[in-house]
Amino acid sequence: MNRRESLKALGLLAAGAGVLATACNGESAKEARIASETSDKLPGVEDWEHERTQKLLEETFFTEHEMATITVLADIIIPKDDISGSASEAGVPDFIEFIVKDLPSNKIPMRGGLKWMDVQCQKRYGQAFIKCTEEQQIQLIDDIAYPDKAKPEMRQGVAFFSLMRNLTSSGFYTTEMGVKDIGYVGNRPGVWNGVPEDVLKAHGFDPENFFG
Amino acid sequence: MVDYQIKESPEIYDAIVVGSGAGGGMAGYILAQAGLNVLMLEAGPFFDPAKDALQLRWPWESPRRGAGTTRPFGDFDAAYGGWQLEGEPYTTANGTEFEWFRARMLGGRTNHWGRISLRMGPDDFKPTDGITDEWPITYEEVKPFYDRVDRMIGIYGTVEGIRNEPDGIFMKPPKPRLGELYIARGAKKAGVPVIPGRGAVLTESSPEIKGRGTCFYCGQCGRSCKVYGDFSSSSCLVMPAMKTGNLKVIDNAMVREVLTNDEGLATGVSYVDTKSLQEYAVRGKTVILGASACESARIMLNSKSSAHPGGLANSTGLVGRYLHDSTGSSAWGFLPQLLDRKRYNEDGVGSVHIYSPWWEDNKKLTFPRGYHIEYGSGLNMPGYGFLNWVPDAVGMVAGNGGEKRDSGGYGALLKQDYRRFYGASIGMAGRGTALARKDNYCEIDPTRVDKYGIPVLRFHYKWANEEVEQAKHMQETFKAVMHEMDAIVLSPEYGADTKYGLEAPGVIIHEGGTTRMGNDPKQSVLNKWGQAHDCKNLYVVDAGPFVQQGDKNLTWTILAMSMRTAEYILEEKKKLND
Repeated sequence: MNRRESLKALGLLAAGAGVLATACNGESAKEARIASETSDKLPGVEDWEHERTQKLLEETFFTEHEMATITVLADIIIPKDDISGSASEAGVPDFIEFIVKDLPSNKIPMRGGLKWMDVQCQKRYGQAFIKCTEEQQIQLIDDIAYPDKAKPEMRQGVAFFSLMRNLTSSGFYTTEMGVKDIGYVGNRPGVWNGVPEDVLKAHGFDPENFFG
Repeated sequence: MVDYQIKESPEIYDAIVVGSGAGGGMAGYILAQAGLNVLMLEAGPFFDPAKDALQLRWPWESPRRGAGTTRPFGDFDAAYGGWQLEGEPYTTANGTEFEWFRARMLGGRTNHWGRISLRMGPDDFKPTDGITDEWPITYEEVKPFYDRVDRMIGIYGTVEGIRNEPDGIFMKPPKPRLGELYIARGAKKAGVPVIPGRGAVLTESSPEIKGRGTCFYCGQCGRSCKVYGDFSSSSCLVMPAMKTGNLKVIDNAMVREVLTNDEGLATGVSYVDTKSLQEYAVRGKTVILGASACESARIMLNSKSSAHPGGLANSTGLVGRYLHDSTGSSAWGFLPQLLDRKRYNEDGVGSVHIYSPWWEDNKKLTFPRGYHIEYGSGLNMPGYGFLNWVPDAVGMVAGNGGEKRDSGGYGALLKQDYRRFYGASIGMAGRGTALARKDNYCEIDPTRVDKYGIPVLRFHYKWANEEVEQAKHMQETFKAVMHEMDAIVLSPEYGADTKYGLEAPGVIIHEGGTTRMGNDPKQSVLNKWGQAHDCKNLYVVDAGPFVQQGDKNLTWTILAMSMRTAEYILEEKKKLND
């Protein structure tokens, strides 16, 4: 079988490249998320894996207040800009709700960290984090977002914020919106002939040589 | 009344093959092609990559975005299993460690493996170091089988003429990715040779290979390939063997023991259907174990009879002994030269594009044998955790305007940083020869059984000085390579306290040696054909027969050796019939 026949076997040739193109820009990430949460079992996923996922989806871990706090934090970490939308627009809070149930060692650090934020805000500004002004919120974030500069008494907050930041980037850049933003253009049949010539030259490699 | 009945099949197969991975798959394929009536038992479910591969799925199609919660190599990886299986425990003796990876599925671990396909060389079969044990066979004896495996399954690579890294019959290799060009340049400056990779991926079509598609470069071999463009035993051996009409597969069949007669010859095997829990016994003239090195040893040790009181073919007490995995240690970081890089599809193939075969002269070193280095880089598909390193890395280089930056951050600037650093990471991993030692072994745990009531394995494995010294040398090499390509290292600086990052035995998933072959029946379990000294119609075709691995990933040698054993079985049968 040659490459053309490979693609035929995949059912991609008849459908044309259009299928792949729409796969990347199609419906909003939110719709895709909902689809993935309610979809039937993918072929190749074991029954026990699917059942486990369904069970986790039925459970609720975070309270409404916690989810609201997560949403504000996620959008502080990844706001909307000229290239793509915000973390919450990409469905990051719901991803975080799922992933702490899936990887339960995150449950206490997340719940406790959110509480730590509220306690800090209560002491400083007399109210919970989400009730604070944007300016107040950013003042606290600035104290915990830079590990090397943070004061020793802020270290629990630093640890929480690092976790929150990692879960947010995981949740955002693995959606259609995020994949497009980061510029990943693979996951489709193609031919690999090596690094494009202009890139090789820009990096000082010789396009004629296997090892540049 | 408890209903406990063993269903016995009246049919007598020419051969029963236990396991459907590289070893079992190849043996089943050769025997079925030759017209034998073969039964294959697989402990897991049927798996056809064309239908069951999660290839070309997007990260958002996984609710955990590809995290390794239920599958250690991520949600899309093609191994049903891992280092822990529900209801199938194993134990380790105090003060020792071993991690046992099992894939329960047709094709076993070949569905997800790295496809890195290296031949063992002349010095691997007949070592010259004075420490490691020699095989009862030479490279020249195995070479014709390697050649046939190359043609039958397909492999890319380049002819290099390196003495102990024998060349094969190669298709064209994939070109390096950008990060790998930097790695090759840095490694060469550090005195470490780099050559194109060698992998079981069809980069070209071949008139000798039918029913399989050529690679379309998605870089996802680990998910198994829907067009059979890479080697999985399921798609390339077992299913073609089934098409001959001579091979029957029973899946979800967990083998309990090999059955023997009064003379101690194998008469069949007993197994439990893992779905219905019904017990079965099947009969065969020859029994071939390819259940994986430790699982085959477990079956043999659990097969006790008056003729084989210490377990089947275990009069030496060596079944389970000489267990050895590969050594492994790794490093990673990023290349400032790759920040803000231009985007293009850099998926390439799912096996290695480049690697470093062992290059040192051991006379100058404190350990025998050596290791090779596998490298990786790329504009990879996003997945859970793939950008976690970026906030730390931000503070390690100046910003785009030359300004000093602090690690961490949030907001619009962090979003720019993720874009800036994406695709700049590079990694390298050493895979080396661990010594096959009698004192590293698995045995039957006297007190524990699995959920089927089958006694489980207990492991005794400790690294010794040779392996630790090798890992130290790996880390020194990585440091030099990283330095020469101006990379910034993000992996920990491993010292003696962590054995220089040496992974626990079993983590590299190259375990072998548990049923070693040899010419002396007092010093080995199998003869040089993989046939048990104590039971002439019992053969082992996984990595159990390996006397001593080289640093070469063992699948290609399992395939060549299993082909050789299967043809020996055919010759023996012919002799009986003549």
